[in-house]
Amino acid sequence: MTVTPLGIPRRLLEFTIDGEPVRAPEGSTILDACRAAGKDVPTLCQGDTLTPKNACRLCVVEVEGSRTLVPACSRAAEPGMEVRTGTERARHSRKIVLELLASSVDLSTTPAVAEWIKEYEAKPDRFGPDAARVDEEPRVDNDLYVREYDKCILCYKCVDACGEQWQNSFAISVVGRGFDARIAVEHDAPLTDSACVYCGNCVEVCPTGALSFRSEFDRRAAGTWDESAQTRTTTVCAYCGVGCNLTLHVQDNEIVKVTSPHDNPVTHGNLCIKGRFGYQHVQNRG
Amino acid sequence: MDLHFGDSKPTDEERAAVDALLGPPRSSWEGADRSDADLRWARGGREARGRRDLLLPGLHAVNDRVGWISEGALDYLCRRLTVPPAEAYGVATFYAMFSVRPRPATVLHVCTDLACTVAGAQDLCAGIEAGLGPGSGVHVERGPCLGLCERAPAALAVRAGDPVRTAVAAPATAGGAVLAARAPDSAPQEPPAAEAVPQAGDAGLLLLRRVGVVDPSSLDDYRAHGGYAALREAFALGPAGVIREVTDSGLAGRGGAAFPTGRKWRATAAQPDRPHFLVCNADESEPGTFKDRVLMEGDPYALVEAMTIAAYAIGAHRGYLYVRGEYPRAISRMQYAVDQARARGLLGDDILGQGYAFDIEIRRGAGAYICGEETALFNSIEGYRGEPRAKPPFPVEKGLFGRPTVENNVETLVNVLPILTMGAPAYAAIGTAGSTGPKLFCVSGAVERPGVYELPFGATLGELLQLAGVRDRLRAVLLGGAAGGFVRPDELDVPLTFEGTREAGTTLGSGVVMAFDDTVPLPRLLLRIAEFFRDESCGQCVPCRVGTVRQEEALHRIAERTGAAAAEDIALLREVGRAMRDASICGLGQTAWNAVESAIDRLGAYE
Repeated sequence: MTVTPLGIPRRLLEFTIDGEPVRAPEGSTILDACRAAGKDVPTLCQGDTLTPKNACRLCVVEVEGSRTLVPACSRAAEPGMEVRTGTERARHSRKIVLELLASSVDLSTTPAVAEWIKEYEAKPDRFGPDAARVDEEPRVDNDLYVREYDKCILCYKCVDACGEQWQNSFAISVVGRGFDARIAVEHDAPLTDSACVYCGNCVEVCPTGALSFRSEFDRRAAGTWDESAQTRTTTVCAYCGVGCNLTLHVQDNEIVKVTSPHDNPVTHGNLCIKGRFGYQHVQNRG
Repeated sequence: MDLHFGDSKPTDEERAAVDALLGPPRSSWEGADRSDADLRWARGGREARGRRDLLLPGLHAVNDRVGWISEGALDYLCRRLTVPPAEAYGVATFYAMFSVRPRPATVLHVCTDLACTVAGAQDLCAGIEAGLGPGSGVHVERGPCLGLCERAPAALAVRAGDPVRTAVAAPATAGGAVLAARAPDSAPQEPPAAEAVPQAGDAGLLLLRRVGVVDPSSLDDYRAHGGYAALREAFALGPAGVIREVTDSGLAGRGGAAFPTGRKWRATAAQPDRPHFLVCNADESEPGTFKDRVLMEGDPYALVEAMTIAAYAIGAHRGYLYVRGEYPRAISRMQYAVDQARARGLLGDDILGQGYAFDIEIRRGAGAYICGEETALFNSIEGYRGEPRAKPPFPVEKGLFGRPTVENNVETLVNVLPILTMGAPAYAAIGTAGSTGPKLFCVSGAVERPGVYELPFGATLGELLQLAGVRDRLRAVLLGGAAGGFVRPDELDVPLTFEGTREAGTTLGSGVVMAFDDTVPLPRLLLRIAEFFRDESCGQCVPCRVGTVRQEEALHRIAERTGAAAAEDIALLREVGRAMRDASICGLGQTAWNAVESAIDRLGAYE
């Protein structure tokens, strides 16, 4: 059993969100405090198991005294701060960010984004039919997972999960610059020529479905992917003695995807190639 | 670190280029042939990883020698430095001056930015391509400002080899640029830096007084003209005394943000975390800016002395001078000056016998405007992609290598010399109450005498343009560069101070003053500005990465339109621009829309 150290008690900071006084433990971000206070701030690049990168800028809020808007996901709460989450200024930037993203990449598999586009009255089409898009073919170069960079919002989460924050494989990086920046392995080679160890921890954190299990990709292509028909069963991986929790996503009595609970003290959502992809024997009905 | 490498091998030349920088590899873990000893001892711990900051110099070494960076060369460099190849590939593809695809050994960078466009860069490019002909072995690269605006149009030829050769053609004719590219060694010498200073020799100058007067290579000459008096004064005052003088002088940063220098130094000096670092930002890439180049080329020891004083004040023993890669002459002059100063005990373990140790390392940029952003510059030095970091934490707390760091622009640092020799009160008496001291202005475009001008803060725009000999039929003046703003010819009474330009709703920025007459179609300039920001956006945040693309598209659509036909796209530009200003991570995205907005609002473009 992993014992979670409690540490020294943290001071509570007092500040206001939308005029209402709130208290949050020292070290909390504005987003933590917003969520604790029941305020919804949309996020895309923020991940519960990763250091905030604040790249998407969807979670911007107004803070009194700040020249620009600040990203709620990464800015630490300070005593006396006056945070406003729903001002016209903040909502305008969120709307534009949604329009910029939706007009340049395919968000069809990004959860919740359709609701936000509606809520913020974003009109991605207004940039015209000639608006530049991230034009990439799906990369199917291995049996385990697929990379569809026309769905990628460059949130950096896969790079961080592959690198020093979790896996330490450093197989992928952001390459190029500006609108031409992409996630790639060295020399833009196929994954099979790279340092990838197929842990799938990048797939676990991808917020848009740009990275997906081959099983999911194939079913989506065939039109048979149906999340509403899937069950999720959390169990313990049988391969080694570490005891990782696996959540098996099952559709039509077939395992179609494996994840791990992000709050699991053993995995924090991470697995290795065996836990993540080594489930075929279960379905081997001979 | 368990790194994965491919099978590609470096050529002998590539290996030699990397080894010339790093020395021969010590074991097979670093890329040497495998010996028995290597099987018993795994190397690659913290010490190996601690050399990550040599990645950018290593990429330069290969690119300088071969002209591009092959898979084998990148892999070998990664082995030598224990850097994951994917990350190194991400870094190599970040910079415009590197190529990961084969290309000819000679690259001719032709500036197509604002000042050069006005001076006929399009015709020049066409002439160069015709002059070179097919299969010339020269790769022509149209690019952003080369910082040679006083001699527009400009071209810079870089021929890979050992050593790498460079030649500048400015003002460039097609024939001159072709000659520079074909035979960099026999191309005519660049004129001395003083030619960029129309006031050269004027005894009243403070910052430019030695440019054109001293031999830039001679330390003795520098000392004979008052050099190192300020450092002696600094040692007499002590670090706290220097910070007090700089604070009292009212000196504010000259890179564009105008942050009080004394406050920055004091905050860094007070940090308990050690070591402290000094970084001099000479990545002068704002289109239209060339003052730092002229200072470094014309009076390099002044910067060495000023950096020494700043480092002494903040308790740093190591300083980095980050010079943009497009400035070969400034780099070689600064390198020579640093070497001379070190040889003469003015850098090193015991400066002037005072027991204070300080040394300067010169780092070369590789073509990325964003690296002028202070935290992006840290990442670039450290061997990462030059992407800005989130602030807070600010550099005074966590800067270079995560340590307390002062980063100042070249011009800011050089101001410290007169502050110490004159004393803070006399310095503060120059200029206005809100903007003290002298200021350098980079004047280019439709003027008779383009160049760097030194004026006390408070002179008006009209006075400066008068001095530079502004031509008739002035249509607009761009203040502060691509990130600045346009003003009208009837606004020439704007005082050139931080507060004066702010009140007038514009900005002083880095001191760019670019004059345009009515022969230049404004929409074309605006499109060039938008292209610049689209090219230079690092891509980290959405508002800037996609916003700059959408802005360029809108400006393309309305290039030939006015009035109601342009209204919808102008509204779009405003909405996107507002989000970029509010929600981008750094100053690049936040200011990318400024100049276009000012052209619409002040100049009535598209009306």
